Amino acid sequence: MTDHLDLLESHAIFILREVVAECERPVLLFSGGKDSAVLLHLAAKAFAPQSLPFPVLHIDTGQNFPEVIEFRDDAVERHGARLLVASVQDSIDQGKVADPGPMGPRNRLQTVTLLDAITEHGFDAAFGGARRDEDKARAKERILSFRDAFGQWDPRQQRPELWQLYQGKVNAGEHLRAFPLSDWTELDIWQYIEREEMALPRIYFAHERDVVRRDGMYLAVGPHVTPRADETVERLVVRFRTVGDANLTGAVLSDASTLAAIVDEISRANVSERGATRGDDKFSETAMEDRKREGYF
Amino acid sequence: MKLATKDLLRLATVGSVDDGKSTLIGRLLVDTRQLFDDQLDAVQAASERRGVGDLDLSFVTDGLRAEREQGITIDVAYRYASTPTRKFIIADCPGHVQYTRNMATGASTADVALVVLNVAHGLKEQTRRHLCIAALLGVRTIIVAVNKMDEVHWSESAYVGVVDEVTTLAHDLGFESVTTIPVSALWGENVVERSSHLDWYDGPTVLQALEACQAGSWTHTRSGARLPVQWVLRQNGGGRTYAGMLNGAPLHEGDVVTLLPANVETTISSITSGSGARTAATAGLSIDVGLAHETDAGRGDLLATAPLPQVTKEFTATVCWFGEQPWRANQRLRLKHTTKVTPVRLRELTGVVDIETLSVRSSDELATNDIGLATLQTADWIAVDDYRDNRVTGSFVIIDEATNATVAAGMVGRASFL
Ligand SMILES: Nc1nc2c(ncn2[C@@H]2O[C@H](COP(=O)(O)OP(=O)(O)OP(=O)(O)O)[C@@H](O)[C@H]2O)c(=O)[nH]1
Ligand SMILES: [Mg+2]
Repeated sequence: MTDHLDLLESHAIFILREVVAECERPVLLFSGGKDSAVLLHLAAKAFAPQSLPFPVLHIDTGQNFPEVIEFRDDAVERHGARLLVASVQDSIDQGKVADPGPMGPRNRLQTVTLLDAITEHGFDAAFGGARRDEDKARAKERILSFRDAFGQWDPRQQRPELWQLYQGKVNAGEHLRAFPLSDWTELDIWQYIEREEMALPRIYFAHERDVVRRDGMYLAVGPHVTPRADETVERLVVRFRTVGDANLTGAVLSDASTLAAIVDEISRANVSERGATRGDDKFSETAMEDRKREGYF
Repeated sequence: MKLATKDLLRLATVGSVDDGKSTLIGRLLVDTRQLFDDQLDAVQAASERRGVGDLDLSFVTDGLRAEREQGITIDVAYRYASTPTRKFIIADCPGHVQYTRNMATGASTADVALVVLNVAHGLKEQTRRHLCIAALLGVRTIIVAVNKMDEVHWSESAYVGVVDEVTTLAHDLGFESVTTIPVSALWGENVVERSSHLDWYDGPTVLQALEACQAGSWTHTRSGARLPVQWVLRQNGGGRTYAGMLNGAPLHEGDVVTLLPANVETTISSITSGSGARTAATAGLSIDVGLAHETDAGRGDLLATAPLPQVTKEFTATVCWFGEQPWRANQRLRLKHTTKVTPVRLRELTGVVDIETLSVRSSDELATNDIGLATLQTADWIAVDDYRDNRVTGSFVIIDEATNATVAAGMVGRASFL
């Protein structure tokens, strides 16, 4: 019997193939997080036994968890993919964006680095692992989301997208974002990872770590987060529900150390993944919409 | 713990602006505890900030800044809900006529339409238009929530009056299953909780009606197997397989298939899906197949089992026009049908649908939001089924050549109610 995971997988594979067939130069945005890991896994299935017909692009903020970079390199090698890295530090050095300081948030700066990389390589489609259940602005976005020559998203002028007739033509300088995981929820992602016995960065599983409590989140003490005078370092058993920048992504208290335990935990969660862990969404009511309009992931 | 496998039900809200679609979805998600605490807190905080009461339930889906400022839905919001045996994909569509294209987007993949109308206003033109589009799109099951019962003091006669109007139209449009429910989305009556004000009603609540619906109806088909070729995969050691998403009847190893439009017969020698080699596949699965004979199949071709589709360059279709500029006879555009793109022109416009009477009146152009009955001519051969026999080989979109905008959606054949 085909269950909902089979149908989600099939739909994602269909989208991957459709975009590759219709676009000239696609790229897959890969952060090393669980969603982009699933996306890369599906891309490999979509084109097996051939190698991936597009490169993989990591927008490197320089504020990564080392475990994630390790996983990124392993995954890219395992899939025989070609990795491109565009670094936010380069954008800062070139004076394209203001330097927020060594500990400052770089999340929003990524947009400039991303759009520059898209222009430089002439990409006309970028696959992303975004899901509609993550945020109310993402909930509104098409599976093939059109970006104008400035990389902007206009939520009032989205192309009609009926049935599964995805239409990927753009004029020079414009591009598409393609979201094969649009209809997956966080729980679907974990059930799928469990079913496929996929590898993931270790930080997704429960482990002991030094953390400080800041802005209602547990931040991992390390090169990107130094405890402030009024903060006390605690050693706790935690895991990460999302991976983003180390200075913006909170850990959750959890003893889930296996995929089965994580599936169980997520199926009973009463806080959303972004609500629990992401500092970058807390700036305003429409933080994600505002960033997306500018060309964010 | 292994969670049970689930089926997938796709639901879209339809109906006129301000009748309470978003509020109803918000209510459904809140009362079934499908919202996370922080999401509910955020909706509460936004409601307070904008001075619209403690909890504006429409903010659960109306997530864009402009939507919250204007109090209307602009584009479809997708939300997800889950029971132990079913995953729901909910498309909350806009009611405003200006955004009909977005409503059609949301309803095009729906198994079920949740029709929301205001009991005090009855059946408005926009509600008729949405029902008409839902019927054209092949939705067979509708749940009609007759909303704002609180505003008519829970009056049974007001409800019955609206229900009579709706059931007549639903019958004319050919829906197979019609459930009508008196509700108040605002007060949460008969959505998840049974209403104490509506003791004269003993039918299902909205949630019960949704749980009783059949999933996967969009794969309903009277056609043979259809595999539009998306991509050709080169296998190690030389051979080729043909990748695409299967629809229509199931496909088995050993089935005789016809490659169209070339009209070459061959046999399926292997089937592979995301989970590996298999002997058969059903609709909705992405597969790649090996063929017993060498062919030059490629993207845009179709592999089909009997009964075969019609291979043609000219066909009748029902067209929903979204373009800002009208379409007139002989004007050339681009058509995408399955995985094939070909130039198309409007050969002849039989007429456009009058939403009030469901009759076709003659017209010399298709204007924004018109539903037209037309004969189209394509440059290349395409293999089409009537939309009612197969939603994939029976559907197409029309694309503006200069801007690449999608200006129309079409269904092969003449809808039965026209
Ligand atoms: N009295 C009353 N008001 C309601 C009820 N349901 C919704 N409303 C109000 O009707 C107005 C419109 O509700 P929405 O849910 O935004 O309507 P909609 O159908 O989603 O509108 P569009 O998406 O713009 O087409 C809001 O002010 C709601 O509070 C109800 O059951 N009773
Ligand atoms: Mg609405």
